[in-house]
Amino acid sequence: MRRLFALIPLAAAVALVAALAWPILDGRNPQELPSVLLDKPVPAFDLPGLEPGAPGLASADLAGKPVLVNVFASWCAPCRAEIPRLQALAGDGVTVYGLAYKDDPVATRRFLSDLGNPYARIGVDRDGRTGIEFGVYGVPETYVIDGSGVIRHRHVGEVTDRVAEATLVPLLKELEQ
Amino acid sequence: MIRPAIRALLLALLLLAAGPALAVQPDEVLDDAALEARARTLSAEVRCLVCQNQSIDDSNAELARDLRLLVRERLIAGDSDQEVLDFLVARYGPFVLLEPPKTESTLILWYGPAALLGLGAIVVIVTLARRRKAATPTPLTPEERMRLDALLDEEDDTGRPA
Repeated sequence: MRRLFALIPLAAAVALVAALAWPILDGRNPQELPSVLLDKPVPAFDLPGLEPGAPGLASADLAGKPVLVNVFASWCAPCRAEIPRLQALAGDGVTVYGLAYKDDPVATRRFLSDLGNPYARIGVDRDGRTGIEFGVYGVPETYVIDGSGVIRHRHVGEVTDRVAEATLVPLLKELEQ
Repeated sequence: MIRPAIRALLLALLLLAAGPALAVQPDEVLDDAALEARARTLSAEVRCLVCQNQSIDDSNAELARDLRLLVRERLIAGDSDQEVLDFLVARYGPFVLLEPPKTESTLILWYGPAALLGLGAIVVIVTLARRRKAATPTPLTPEERMRLDALLDEEDDTGRPA
């Protein structure tokens, strides 16, 4: 009994280490933040388009059907890598909107003509203020927005095949119903 | 020739004169010194979400600069310090504050260490009390006392002083 009592501190220490290590071993990225805006309507914004006369992107455009909003910039390497995947999604009938975050429109245009343009509409967020409204902290970020303009998911980082197949596509399908 | 003591003093003076390398750029600084001081204090409390272990006041990241400018803009617009922080929390969540707010989910964070320390103190006190109790000699039984007296009397017979 006495000996069992002496084991309590050891057991408590093991439990503490296990509790602290669990989220890491579970494969969660501790640097990834959950979006505060999850299940909330998109912040109000109205951004100009990339070319004079081209349609921009505003919060009003995000109502009607589920869409992806992809925050990208020509200076960001993972953005470059995910363009083909976004194009494949667009080819499958997904509406993908782009938010050109803190980028020179000339550089954005060159980026899109080099790699292809998956975006049905692009809003130019030159000073990054709309990004702040969304709580953007790492580019690329991809938001799933439902038909009533509510943010349902945020993915931080490159949209890989896995992310697209396991998360984005099923969620969009679910929201379409 | 400069003597070593003077040389050391000069070095100390030079080191004192050198300011810390600041992330805040000259073009960000507000003309109003009071507002600027508030902005600096607030910025030191706001986490840079790119580097995550630096405040926006320390960080050279683009986003940190944008947030520093935003903080100053809100202050000029007349926001209170709390309103500025609330504005940031509404967009980035409580993680944006370097000092986490005291809510249910942060109770362990705030009071866990103190609770563990208290628990440890209780264990130490109980252990020490037990040990002291174990060390207190039990008084002699009447038989033991008689035997002891007899033994001491015997020694007296050998002629040693009582």
